[in-house]
Parts: sequence; structure tokens; C-alpha cells
Amino acid sequence: MRQRSLIAITAALAAGALTLTACGSRDGDKNSDSGDGGGGTTVTIGVDAPLTGDLSALGLGIKNSADLAVKTANKKNYVKGVTFKLQARDDQAQPSSGQQNAVTFVSDKSVLGVVGPLNSSVAESMQKVFDDAKLVEVSPANTGPSLTQGPDWRTKKVRQHPSYFRTATTDAIQGPFAAQYVYNDAKKKKVFVIDDKKTYGAGLAGTFTDEFKKLGGQVVGTEHINPDTKDFSAVATKVKNSGADVVYYGGEYPQAGPLSKQIKAAGAKIPLVGGDGINDATYAKLAGPSAAGDLATSVGAPVEKLDSAKQFVDDYKAAGYKEEYAAYGGYSYDSAWAIIEAVKKVVDDNGGKLPDDARAKVTEAMAKVSFDGVTGKVSFDEYGDATNKQLTVYKVDNGAFVPVKSGTFTG
Amino acid sequence: MNELPQQLVNGLLLGSMYGLVAIGYTMVYGIVQLINFAHGEIFMTGAFGALTVYVYILPDGTSMWLALPCMLLGAIIVAVLVAIGAERFAYRPLRSAPRLAPLITAIGLSLALQQAVWAWYPDAKSARPFPQIPGGPFHLGSVTIQTGDVFLLLAAPISMAVLGYFVMKTRTGRGMQATAQDPDTAKLMGVNTDRIIVVAFALGAAFAAVGGLADGLKYGQIDFKMGFILGLKAFTAAVLGGIGNIYGAMIGGLVLGVAETLATAYIADIPGMDKFGSNTWADVWAFVLLILVLLFRPQGLLGERVADRA
Repeated sequence: MRQRSLIAITAALAAGALTLTACGSRDGDKNSDSGDGGGGTTVTIGVDAPLTGDLSALGLGIKNSADLAVKTANKKNYVKGVTFKLQARDDQAQPSSGQQNAVTFVSDKSVLGVVGPLNSSVAESMQKVFDDAKLVEVSPANTGPSLTQGPDWRTKKVRQHPSYFRTATTDAIQGPFAAQYVYNDAKKKKVFVIDDKKTYGAGLAGTFTDEFKKLGGQVVGTEHINPDTKDFSAVATKVKNSGADVVYYGGEYPQAGPLSKQIKAAGAKIPLVGGDGINDATYAKLAGPSAAGDLATSVGAPVEKLDSAKQFVDDYKAAGYKEEYAAYGGYSYDSAWAIIEAVKKVVDDNGGKLPDDARAKVTEAMAKVSFDGVTGKVSFDEYGDATNKQLTVYKVDNGAFVPVKSGTFTG
Repeated sequence: MNELPQQLVNGLLLGSMYGLVAIGYTMVYGIVQLINFAHGEIFMTGAFGALTVYVYILPDGTSMWLALPCMLLGAIIVAVLVAIGAERFAYRPLRSAPRLAPLITAIGLSLALQQAVWAWYPDAKSARPFPQIPGGPFHLGSVTIQTGDVFLLLAAPISMAVLGYFVMKTRTGRGMQATAQDPDTAKLMGVNTDRIIVVAFALGAAFAAVGGLADGLKYGQIDFKMGFILGLKAFTAAVLGGIGNIYGAMIGGLVLGVAETLATAYIADIPGMDKFGSNTWADVWAFVLLILVLLFRPQGLLGERVADRA
């Protein structure tokens, strides 16, 4: 009897250990095969994004697109004597995981730049780690204004972290852009505003509300949801009884999908409008057929429609990635390419070799990077924000987001 | 328009879900005084069992009405097998160990099950869509009931009635009551306590499986961590109702669900409370209620009916 229970315990332990190993492999893809440009120095470009979990559809698109940039640079032998390598880490959209990944990247001397993260809240936990190491970070997706312009960005803009850049447009203009479309083009005057209290969601809802009121619209209710749950029936009933003719949601698609579905099921047949965080194919899947007519804004113009992106779309297809490039593919490619450009500049200035303080030099060079990327002209202003401020409104039609209006936000 | 009836229905539906899962906590606790923290994951494996039947076993395009009983069966089989396996290999070897050892084992098992589904179930790394029952919502006066909720609405009371009958009338059920009151004496009287414990785990798992299927139908998606928060809420419901009491678990679930929903709907309307009323605060109010109940009735709402412990 004694022995039998020992066997049982051992079996359980073995099973547990197996599972743990499986979790360990989460860091996989460390050495995404990026081709070998032969000899010379190897420079690693890190990627930090949610590769598993609810947001993995966006995260894997970021990883693949950055991988494509690295492969392209190696194939063209774009920086003489330097071979690029990609190292992707999963942050599961958790600030704590993001910070751990940042520390790991910093400790690897071959890493000269990091693409990512997806979430503004994750970026907050990483910025200081990277800044202390003077390691450049280029996010393709962070839209929280305070990341570059400080917590008082509405009144006094202050550059936060000299090593942080982004190719994405900020919520400071994404929210107002949505408000203008909803009020002027969709002719909706009564809005119910919901957010998830995260940096991204609350920021977006705030800037939307300000502009919508300024235009003359009426906010008939506000509500915050808990992103850990998926029962929003109480909120949905409130929306229905508020008499709103449109719902604005600041947050991401894992909650936005069920929320839209439950609002419509409660009997309020009104569109849900969100930011780039809900602009993903999974949204329509989660929200079901009743999502037709829901709107999302997104930074930039749709990659499929840009002449500058044709090459990217073709190359992405040819590379045979399993996942779509998703909402941030073009920006991720441009982010990775910006790092490659900066490295090239540093290597060229140093007579074809990497200097000893390569990280600081790359960060310095990044501020002056300027090239024609997938999403248009890529360069950064004095805060590290993209100078390209294009936005697009998308509408759910037949189970997918299709672009309805592109524009540049002014004032 | 008065939204109270609709909010009450919303709350009762959420509460029925908590109740179905809470029964598993309360039965296992009643018999072996173990808080089975892996029970939320058994709920999750049940939901994945139902999905497996629909996606991988039934032919494409099977009518939902035909598929539903098969999915229910699949959910129950998977959840019961996982629960029996957990009892046999994780808990039974520790039965005479100090109380904390099986508790920690339960937490470990909970993580192991989550990660196993994450690692090995196809495409389970993010939420998987769950099949939906076709047909529009039903309207009863000002109340709207979704098609997906009808299953939960029927399954919860039926399950409860079946369980009540089983515990009170059958030989095994009475054996469970005896074991709960005094395991040693029950053994002396010829009750096979090992078997009774397995039955308690299996029954709890079957109820969790019904809950898992209902959850998938209600929300249209399932994922590997769906059991974690729900398990905590269900455990809270079991404590609220009086842990060890099967009727208490159901009542505790309903009270908790209604409290959360009403807190979301109405607290913000109280002058000066608008900061504390949103959905993010619903959990806080639910736990305030739990603390209040435990202050005045430490044994929980129905905790006194020790004879019903099973």
C-alpha cells in the first residue's frame, strides 16, 4: 500500500513536471530561423508581444512582420557585415511579464533594439528598464499619449523616455477622430461610454468623450467593465434603457466582442464603436452576426490599400506565415526596419563596424531615422511619436472589418 | 422603463452558474473537508469536453438540438474522468496527511490542468468560439431571455432536484450523509467510504460539466482560464450558503449573482456613490455582502442544517 501511493505521487509529480516543461517552451521561437547572411557581427532584434492568450492574434502578427523585416534585411545584405537575428518573447499582455522580458533583453548584449509591446500598460512597465540600458524600443501599437508626452500631456508635453519610439498614432487623436466620424458622418448624437479602466481603454474613452461633447453630442451614461469577466448583461441592460443611439467602448476585442453581442441581445440594436484594440477579425467572431455595423478606428491607412505596402503584403504571403499580419503588421515591419536603419547608420558612421556603445548610438540615430516604409513616411517627432498621423474608420460587414473612411486628423 | 425585472433575471442566470459549480465545492468539503481548488478547472475541462464532441466527433452541420445531449454527455464524461483521476492520484495518497498538503496539491492541480489544456488542446491558446443554439431571444413582458440561457434556466433546477432526490432517497446518497457526519462510524456500519468519496467527486464534476456547457452556450466562447475566476466565485457562493450544504450552495450562488448584478445596475445611482457603482466594483460589493453574512451567520446562510451535509 505504502509503495503504491509512492508510485502514485511520483506519477503525479512526473505529470506536473511535464506540464511545466510545456509551459517553459512558451519562450520558444527564440531563434526564429532568420537566414544567415554569412560571417560578421550578429545583431539581435527583440520582439515583445502577447504570443499566447486572448490578444495573440495581434501579437503573432507583430512577431511575423518583424521577422519578415529581419529576413529581408539579411537577404539584401542591407547592413554590410551585420547579420540580424530575431528573438521573440511572450508577454501575455501582462505588465509583469513584459518587464521580465525587458530585463532579459537588456542582459543580452547582442540585442540592439526591441519591437513592441502591443499594450500601453505593458510599455509602462518596460520603458524605464530599456531607458536605463539606453536600449531602443519601437512600439508598433502603443497608443497611450502619456507614454511619450508624460501624464500631463493635455497641458504640458514632456518627453518621458529618450529610448522609446513608436510608429503608431496616439489616442490623443484617435479618440477625437472617432468622435468626429460618429457625430458628423454617422449622425449619432447620444452616446453611452464604456471602458475597461486600463491605460489604453480609459485614455481612449476620455479623449472621445471630450471631443464628442465639444461637437455638441450628449453622453447619456458611462460604465466601466472588469476585463476578467465576460458577463456584461447588467451593463447591457443599462445601455438599452439609457436611450443611447451609439456605444463607445475603450478597450480590446476579447471583451468588446462579447459586450457588443450582449448589448444587442439585450435589445439595443445600436452600433458599438471602438479603437484599434477591437479592430481584429476575432472581434466579429466573438460578437456574432449581430455585430454588423459596428465601427472601429485604427491608426494609419489599411495596409491592403497602400501602394507602399504592396511589396510587404506579397512578401508576407510568400514567406508562408501561419498567422495573419493583423492590425499592426505594417507598423511592426516599419518598427523593425527603423531599428535596422538606425543600426546601418551607426555602422556606416563607425567605418563598417559596430561601436562599443552601440546601444546608445542606435538610440541617438533613431531620432533622425527617416525612410519610406510600408505605412508611408516613417520618422519620429521630438517626443518619439510617429509623424505620420493617418487614421481610418472600419465597419463590420459580413463578419469582417472593412475600411469606410481614411483621413488625417487635424486639430 | 423599469429595468429591475431584467436585471433580476440577469442576476439569477449568473447565480445559477455559480450555484452549479458551488455544489462540487460543497459536496467534497462536506465529506473530506477538502477545499478542491481544482474544481474550477474541472468546470473548464467539461466545457472543452462538450466542444470536442461538437467539433471533432459529430459530423459537421449536426442540428444543435441533436448535438446538445451528446455535448452534455461528452462534457460530463470528461469532467468526471478528470475529477476521478484527480481524486485517485492527487488527493487519495494524501488523505491522512495534514490538511494543508491536499490544499496545496489542489492549487497545483488547478494550474497543471489549465496549462495542460493551454499546451495540448488544439487552438486553445486564445478563446475558442462555442456553438450557439439558433433562434431568437424570448420576450416575457419587459424581460428578454436569450436562447443560450434557456439551457441554464432548465438545467439548474432539474440538476438540483435530481441531486436532492439522490442524496435523500438512494442508498449511496444516505451513505454520503453518513460519511459526512462521521466517516469512521460510517465505515464501521459497512459504508464503503472510499467509494462514497469517489461518488462525491464524480457528482460534483457532473454538475460542473453542466455549468461548463451552459457557460459556453451563454457566452459563445470558452478558454483555458475560464474556470479560475468562476471557481473562486463559486467557492465564495458555497461559503455564503454554508459550506457542506448542497441547497446552501445553490442559494449562495443565486444571492451572489443577483448581488453582483444589482450592484452594477444600481449602486451608481445612489447620490455620491457614482465612483463605486460600475461593473469593476461588482466583485467588491459581492465580497462586502459575504463579509456581512459571515459576521452575522458565521456558518453561512443555510449552514445549520448539518444533517443535509453530503
